[in-house]
Amino acid sequence: MSLNLVSERFEVLRDQNKCIQCQVCVKQCSNEVHIYDKEDNVVLSDNSKCVCCHRCVAMCPTKAIKIIKNRLEFKENANWTGEAIDEIYKQAQTGGMLLSSMGNPKPFPIYWDKILLNASQVTNPSIDPLREPMETKVMIGRKPDKIEYDKNGNITTKIPPQIELNMPIMFSAMSYGSISKNAHEALARAAEKLGILYNTGEGGLHKDFYKYGKNTTVQVASGRFGVHLDYLNAGAAIEIKIGQGAKPGIGGHLPGIKVGPDVSATRMIPEGSDAISPAPHHDIYSIEDLRQLILSLKESTNYTKPVFVKIAAVHNVSAIASGIARAGADAIVIDGFRGGTGAAPTRVRDNVGIPIELALACVDQRLRDEGIRNHISVICAGSIRNSADIVKAIALGADAVYIASAALIAMGCHMCQSCSTGKCNWGIATQNPELVKRLNPDIAYERLINLLTAWNNEIKEMLGGMGINAIDSLRGNRLMLRGIGLNSKELEILGIKHAGE
Amino acid sequence: MKEGQVRIPAGCAISGIIDKKGNRFNGTDIVKSIALMHERSNGLGGGFAGYGIYPQYKDFFALHIFYDNNQIKAKTEEFLNEHFEIESAGNIPTRKVPSIKDKPLIWRYFVLPRIYKVRNLNMDEDEFTARCVIRINKEFGGAYVFSSGKNMGAFKGVGYPEDIGDFYMLENYEGYIWTAHGRFPTNTPGWWGGAHPFTMLDWSIVHNGEISSYDANRRFVEMYGYNCSLQTDTEVITYLLDLLVRKHKLPMEKALQVLVAPFWKDIENENSKKAKELKALRTVYSSALINGPFSILIGYEDGLIALNDRIKLRSMVSATKGSKVYFASEESAIRVICPEPENIYHPKGGEPVIVKLEAKQ
Repeated sequence: MSLNLVSERFEVLRDQNKCIQCQVCVKQCSNEVHIYDKEDNVVLSDNSKCVCCHRCVAMCPTKAIKIIKNRLEFKENANWTGEAIDEIYKQAQTGGMLLSSMGNPKPFPIYWDKILLNASQVTNPSIDPLREPMETKVMIGRKPDKIEYDKNGNITTKIPPQIELNMPIMFSAMSYGSISKNAHEALARAAEKLGILYNTGEGGLHKDFYKYGKNTTVQVASGRFGVHLDYLNAGAAIEIKIGQGAKPGIGGHLPGIKVGPDVSATRMIPEGSDAISPAPHHDIYSIEDLRQLILSLKESTNYTKPVFVKIAAVHNVSAIASGIARAGADAIVIDGFRGGTGAAPTRVRDNVGIPIELALACVDQRLRDEGIRNHISVICAGSIRNSADIVKAIALGADAVYIASAALIAMGCHMCQSCSTGKCNWGIATQNPELVKRLNPDIAYERLINLLTAWNNEIKEMLGGMGINAIDSLRGNRLMLRGIGLNSKELEILGIKHAGE
Repeated sequence: MKEGQVRIPAGCAISGIIDKKGNRFNGTDIVKSIALMHERSNGLGGGFAGYGIYPQYKDFFALHIFYDNNQIKAKTEEFLNEHFEIESAGNIPTRKVPSIKDKPLIWRYFVLPRIYKVRNLNMDEDEFTARCVIRINKEFGGAYVFSSGKNMGAFKGVGYPEDIGDFYMLENYEGYIWTAHGRFPTNTPGWWGGAHPFTMLDWSIVHNGEISSYDANRRFVEMYGYNCSLQTDTEVITYLLDLLVRKHKLPMEKALQVLVAPFWKDIENENSKKAKELKALRTVYSSALINGPFSILIGYEDGLIALNDRIKLRSMVSATKGSKVYFASEESAIRVICPEPENIYHPKGGEPVIVKLEAKQ
């Protein structure tokens, strides 16, 4: 084996004056960074294994540990960066594709941060959510064009199934397998308490969680893991996953290391086998095939559940969205290229797809140009980081948003982007029982509720500031937005004016 | 800068009178009422709508048009001739009022759509006329149709409303419904078409407020072939009503429950049948909810409607006397023309008051 040339990414700094050799860090680090030297009674570090997840930092009773970026420099080179060189070392050594986790970390424009919100002054009053009603409930589902009455004043129009959300937020798909059972339990219970939905992801539904069905979206992806009639009927909504923002054009990856007995039973696959979903659905090679799958799922569930179709934001997203609306989907999920993942090829994650803000704006406009915006709900996904992102997404045209990375962070995730190793020290993206039990579902559940309650309150505050008392009036209300530092093409695609206009 | 090039918020005064029995009365009272609220306007817009004013032409669409010059007038008349049979055409009579300046050419036509045109397009006369009006207003720069209903008409311009009423000699018209508007725009457009009421076929709307849901409403209604070229609140509210009532055939009460939808918590408190209906309306038409402060008076062929936003952020008072019902932004504007009203009522937020002509009921 040749010399490992890959440089360490982090340095573990240990203040030996503070360290009491208690070895908590040794026990806590699943990556085996910390080593206790009994002879010298000192704790040492193997920096090469550190992923910067801060578990040791958080657990150290004397706060003796700090993690910093490796100070080792390559000779300065704007083109051949240290990262570029290290990636070549890795591939030269292993012959493998580079694998990454979580969303695209590259410095592409984040349009949310270049959009500003409006507020009322004088000519119309702002509304105080502490003193006046303020509504954030949304209905997700296909709407008929109009409502018709018979002579007796009864509605004759049949309203397709709708999902009632207490706030315009849902937990996005994260499979059991990619994340732990405790994480799933926390998401399911929080969704129930908050009056929203969580999403099984493509890994099936654990038998213990069928009881949260009213607050569950069950996903059907190309691998069809864990999909059967009871599963489809268990959820409130069904989601067909065509693509994912983190890896458009390819299927899901679950390394065999994460497939233990429980995951194996839920997914209906052998223990220890890699669960690699096919890139396309092998029964969907065209839009008319999608229509058939939508209708089969509806037929299987007696037309009682809305069917969502999730796609990655790619170049031609608006035409695809129009096709999906016409294929009979009740909602379309558009997942931007900063969306998270448990595992994706690095080159795909970092180079394929487009920003969600632009995709959302052009999809909403396209559906309106075709007069079919009301036929379908639009759900915006792919790195919603806070309540302001949500307000901006809805004003651009979304009915609701999905969050996943933010939910993981609320449960303790530190964005070390190492989910695929299965060694998550926070008990989230792992199936190792010793690690899983570190995530207390009662506490994680409370933290999720706290986060979304806080966000909902912030949304109400911003709505009130704009003189709006129902989120219905924010949807697609692009006059409430202004761009800052954007060129005219970007403003045109977003359909907003520049600040000062 | 004028409406259509920029969005201009405005504060206002409104007033309205209806005689439920359909008895006609001249425009003197409505001018007096709106004049009392002089302080609520700033001289940059005033206007009136009267219903029942053209009994001799009651079956004809009455088109009131502003022209910037004779060239555009000739071009527009060519279009009118092509699409309508013109029964009568002429200047709308005005008198000289010192404060009213820069008046455009103000013309009136009583017309009927050319039947073969209507049949070719497979639509009814209302739809045909509405589309022609929208087309003129969109494509004929310098021409603006500001009234297009039957047996009704709008009269408006730049100035204080009482001066506008004087200018149009409203004492010479008799109607069974009158509405009035005094405008306080927050900049100086000075364009006659931008004054209120805004009308579309028989709809006329006067509005006090600034709706914060404007762009959500606009983008919704534009999916159905409307073009919000003026970028004003009244324009989008009129189109919403036209869509819901004329095109989607919702009963008026239901349409109003869409525009000022009850709060979800109030819907839940209704009995299950009612709750289901209200929920369906709100679910399907959530983008037609009007938000932000407003009080509006909607005139239409069957009567007069007063409507406030859901939490009553703009004032609105109503009163009755005999067969007449009065509405105004301020009680004093009612008492000045009806010193001893039988009852004074302050409609609640989101509570529509619908006064229908008895003959029509």
